[in-house]
Amino acid sequence: MHPSTLVLRRSARSLSGPAFVRWGLIGAAVLLLGVFLIVPLVAVFTFAFQKGWEAYVAALTHPTALAAMRLTLLAAVIAVPFNLVFGLAASWLIARFQFRGRSLLMTLIDLPFSVSPVIAGLIFVLLFGRQGWLGPWLLDHDVRVIFAVPGIVLATVFVTFPFVAREVLPVMEAQGSDEEEAALTLGASGWRTFLTVTLPKVKWGVLYGVILCNARAMGEFGAVSVVSGHVRGVTTTLPLHAEILYNEYDLAGAFAVASLLTLLALVTLVVKKFVEWRSQPS
Amino acid sequence: MERLALLRVRNWMPLALLLAVAGCSRASGDASPDGTVTLLNVSYDPTRELYEELNAAFAKHWAATRGQQVSIQQSHGGSGKQARSVIEGLRADVVTLALAYDVDMLHEKAQLLPEDWQARLPHNSAPYTSTIVFVVREGNPKAIREWDDLVRKDVTVITPNPKTSGGARWNYLAAWGQALRGEGGSEARAQAYVEKLFRNVPVLDSGARGATTTFAERGLGDVLLAWESEAFLLTREVGQARFEVVVPSVSILAEPPVAVVDLNVDRKGTRAVAEAYLAYLYSEEGQEIAARHHFRPRSEVVAAKHASDFPGLMRFTLAEVAGDWRRAQATHFADGGLFDRIYAPRAD
Repeated sequence: MHPSTLVLRRSARSLSGPAFVRWGLIGAAVLLLGVFLIVPLVAVFTFAFQKGWEAYVAALTHPTALAAMRLTLLAAVIAVPFNLVFGLAASWLIARFQFRGRSLLMTLIDLPFSVSPVIAGLIFVLLFGRQGWLGPWLLDHDVRVIFAVPGIVLATVFVTFPFVAREVLPVMEAQGSDEEEAALTLGASGWRTFLTVTLPKVKWGVLYGVILCNARAMGEFGAVSVVSGHVRGVTTTLPLHAEILYNEYDLAGAFAVASLLTLLALVTLVVKKFVEWRSQPS
Repeated sequence: MERLALLRVRNWMPLALLLAVAGCSRASGDASPDGTVTLLNVSYDPTRELYEELNAAFAKHWAATRGQQVSIQQSHGGSGKQARSVIEGLRADVVTLALAYDVDMLHEKAQLLPEDWQARLPHNSAPYTSTIVFVVREGNPKAIREWDDLVRKDVTVITPNPKTSGGARWNYLAAWGQALRGEGGSEARAQAYVEKLFRNVPVLDSGARGATTTFAERGLGDVLLAWESEAFLLTREVGQARFEVVVPSVSILAEPPVAVVDLNVDRKGTRAVAEAYLAYLYSEEGQEIAARHHFRPRSEVVAAKHASDFPGLMRFTLAEVAGDWRRAQATHFADGGLFDRIYAPRAD
């Protein structure tokens, strides 16, 4: 027998391994999945409905819960389009041009990923707090940023900053700029080139980024918690509202709110899968 | 390619402006068109239920006497953290915190109120008092009766972190004070006691509510050191028969203070209603509500009525065992203070 065949066969066997190893590994993976994903998922809905459907609806239609929903939606409605525009512009800039500070810009875009959300929140406190850099000026002009809605929006924008750019950039880089150059040579304006050539080619990347951005915008806890001030029904988003209810021993209410966020996550997953499926060049 | 760079950025400007405006438009929202006045009460953790009822009662009272609608917003959290937020600009009209030190900080760090704030209202500006008691599991399986039982080797104690939680500072000072005042008590004995006590503490939550949920929901520990109000809330309203309150023979007199935040009420023009709100806490109705939520009323009439709700015990004051808050903070809780020296997080 040729020595290389031997090596091949041996490696094939070590890859598959004996049955108990294979099943052991699969079992461990399933168990892990069950413990870390399925059980908590089931638990959220079990706790949410432990006092019945009416209590569930009551918890979600309570004025403070509705206010939290409105604020969460407002933050997302501002953060997502903002980051969409920024993400598109930034990835287009980075993908199409060589310039000084290009890699610095890329690092900056990634910054919110590497900074702990709590630190992100504290940055805003240091900037806009009464004792912060801009605090005295804001106070004099009676503009409230932190402990008010703008602060929550700012924190949300910050933590969701990289999502669109990070998804669009690789797609744009992979596409190359040939077609855009052709469009320009044929006399199309820059804006038109962007709308009719660049954008359609990255649309799935954009959509994917928007979905992730939205999920994070609605689910963010840490950064928003720091700048919120926790004024019930005024500066509380859904995740913060869930925490408040939990702290008030209202487990059913807390989990009712949590179930809403869980549903959001599930919907996000489904849409994400759909986008992945549609974007495959079949 | 340079032409692409000339892509009209100006097209985005209106959108960016719109977003900026949307972000700031609700920046000032105190005065509402229908004449409703809004107060923000920044409070600590275990007063959630108390102020929910008090706020509704005061709103009714204010509407009846002044004909003005008042809506009181609440913010709750660890006392120190809440004070920090007010210092950083959370526009509290009134603060109702766990300990005077946190209100002192509002003066020291941001001059939000005068230094003598505590003398402005009766009883050191504390309309209700409380104390520190024990919560044990049903049937008191470890037979915990007194402070000495907490330092037994077979007992684990749940208390939050005194560096971040106001309640935890009262817990700590109660433990310290009873050892200091006990038989043959001395500073050395007190230090040895708290050192042994914290050896029995497996986890330090950042706030009183967190510690309560650790004990009640996560099932950790044999005994929870808690505010009396929190202990009764847990045993009578939340945990029903799962927990019991054990009142030691001696504990600390805890005085959670309230104060109007001058700078904020003057800016918002809410001084009158904010002061009336705090005065209401001292009124018969206010005291009655406090008593119902297991805070000890100052009013003798109300106290007599609820005498059976509050177990008798000897309560020593902060001044008797640790001087004032500034000294207590410097000696015990500041970085490098006694607590830092005695508490080493367990490796296991």
